[in-house]
Amino acid sequence: MALRLRVFDIRLIIALLIGVYGLVITIMGLWFTSDADLEKSAGININLWAGLGMLVASAAFLVWTWLRPLAGPDESATDDDEESAEASAG
Amino acid sequence: MSILADANLRLDANAVDFALLACYFLLVLGIGYAARRRVSTSLDFFLSGRSLPAWVTGLAFIAANLGAIEVMGMSANGAQYGIPTAHYFWIGAVPAMLFLGIVMMPFYYGSKVRSVPEFMLRRFGKPAHLVNAISFGTAQILIAGINLFLLASVIDLLLGWPIWLSVIVSAAIVLTYTALGGLSAAIYNEVLQFFVIVAALLPLTIVGLYKVGGWEGLVDKVSNGPGGEAQVHLWPGNQLTGFESNLASVLGLVFGLGFVLSFGYWTTNFVEVQRAMAAKSMSAARRTPIIGSFPKIFIPFIVIIPGMIAGVSVTELMGENKEALLAEQAAPSGATFNDALLLLIRDLLPNGMLGIAIAGLLASFMAGMAANLSSFNTVFTYDIWQDYLVRDRDDGYYLRFGRLVTAGATVLAIGTAFIASSYANLMDYLQQLFSFFNAPLFATFILGMFWRRMTATAGWVGLVSGIVTAVTVFVLSESGVWTLPGQGAAFVGAGAAFVVDIVVSVGVSYATAPKPDSELAGLVWSLTPKKDRQHTTTGADAGWYRNPALLAGIALVLTIIMNIIFA
Repeated sequence: MALRLRVFDIRLIIALLIGVYGLVITIMGLWFTSDADLEKSAGININLWAGLGMLVASAAFLVWTWLRPLAGPDESATDDDEESAEASAG
Repeated sequence: MSILADANLRLDANAVDFALLACYFLLVLGIGYAARRRVSTSLDFFLSGRSLPAWVTGLAFIAANLGAIEVMGMSANGAQYGIPTAHYFWIGAVPAMLFLGIVMMPFYYGSKVRSVPEFMLRRFGKPAHLVNAISFGTAQILIAGINLFLLASVIDLLLGWPIWLSVIVSAAIVLTYTALGGLSAAIYNEVLQFFVIVAALLPLTIVGLYKVGGWEGLVDKVSNGPGGEAQVHLWPGNQLTGFESNLASVLGLVFGLGFVLSFGYWTTNFVEVQRAMAAKSMSAARRTPIIGSFPKIFIPFIVIIPGMIAGVSVTELMGENKEALLAEQAAPSGATFNDALLLLIRDLLPNGMLGIAIAGLLASFMAGMAANLSSFNTVFTYDIWQDYLVRDRDDGYYLRFGRLVTAGATVLAIGTAFIASSYANLMDYLQQLFSFFNAPLFATFILGMFWRRMTATAGWVGLVSGIVTAVTVFVLSESGVWTLPGQGAAFVGAGAAFVVDIVVSVGVSYATAPKPDSELAGLVWSLTPKKDRQHTTTGADAGWYRNPALLAGIALVLTIIMNIIFA
């Protein structure tokens, strides 16, 4: 138990994936959105807005991980439950 | 279940979309590989070494259920029935999840059993255990097949691969990470999947609402379309239940769906309970389904609403097409309600978001299938192989065997994927399965947990009578002796199975000898000391915001508010 390697912090993985997604589609929204695209999505630049939303979500996970890092290998992640209500309610 | 298989549904994905998809698959396999380093005993493999925090198991609890059937099936129901579909979430899930966390989890987690059938073994002995283990295993393989088929259908649409190739490739991906990392890999992926699904469906819902003129516009269009105003009110939900009388419909929803079906599913289904058993403490285990209930309350908004939007804005589904489908005829366009989500994605999302939406769908299908596999391999290895066939081997043997079983189950699921393809309405099919396996199971569990007089013989006789009853109702309604459109047949079947199980169990109990009290400690309410049912409230379990009862109260109030708003 004590020697077992801590795998990783799943919060970082989530931040990574959502962050990459957010970045890519924000760029798509800013520079690669044609009028046809806009018309398709009811006039809103969904890539841009969803991308910004994902960047914010990704940053939130980073801040959470930074504020409450995982404890030692024995006691992984003992301390992150109160945010879960918000995280899960979203 | 038939997905429109022609070019109409081909999503116009480009290189960016595929790159986003590839990112996702890389991470999924990476999690499987990383989790593998943590697996050194069979308990690590099957129950994540009982080490995970409550928010992780809570989200996994929800994501395991947020599979293909839920996402495609519930958006299909949204297109077909409208708002009443939310009953599957608010009355058909939340109360049972809270009950699991508050009342039942102390027995599951406290008795240290490794699976739900193992609880059955300790409480009722071998016959009941075998019935439970075998029926559960069979159901999982069937459901894994449905999930696999849907996963393959989407890959087929996207890449134009033949369905058999898509089935095998998707099965191989799920198998790789579940066999490598066991339950931890499945659970961590479920948490990731949850966020990808939200990232995919939330923007889709927002764009869709814009398109139909906001919430007001949607309500207007649905009310004035086929199906009418009943589709924007939660109660009494006649179209959903298939009962003409309002009273019968409400009773069907409250007792059939809200009590028997939902309690049967959420409190005894090892797919779900396994996630809670992987939690690191009693408190975390109790909070698992309760934390999960919060996203569950809000999921209807990103699943059902897109379905409703599709029903009034997608050319192939609106107007005369919806009218024909509601009358149980083929739509002139050839589309079915099951296509609702894909058609809406095709219509609304530009490249970029499209890739994320496809990733979200594939994520959801993999989540469902991985959950089926990871619970099946546990039950098969511990409850069938270790208990009856090959006993007393070292732990490493069962760990290796568990990986092999995962592979075997995948092959079987590939077989059932083709069975699933011949059923018209996914939810009907699944509801039938629930009424077969879960309603009588819940009757037996709840009686066994609270009535110490209930005997071992009553355990299995009651269970078998319940299952036989459910099958009888199913056969009668399929062969046309009764006709109940919508989901009514499942409600009636489940209700009958529940009642028969209780009556038979009580009768048999009085005719047979009960187990001695000493063997029932920790398994029956009145024989479990209060301190064994409670959780610690210190350290990582301290704080009012980690109090299961308080959290459950908040969830319950939220659910009631939802019912009032959408009544």
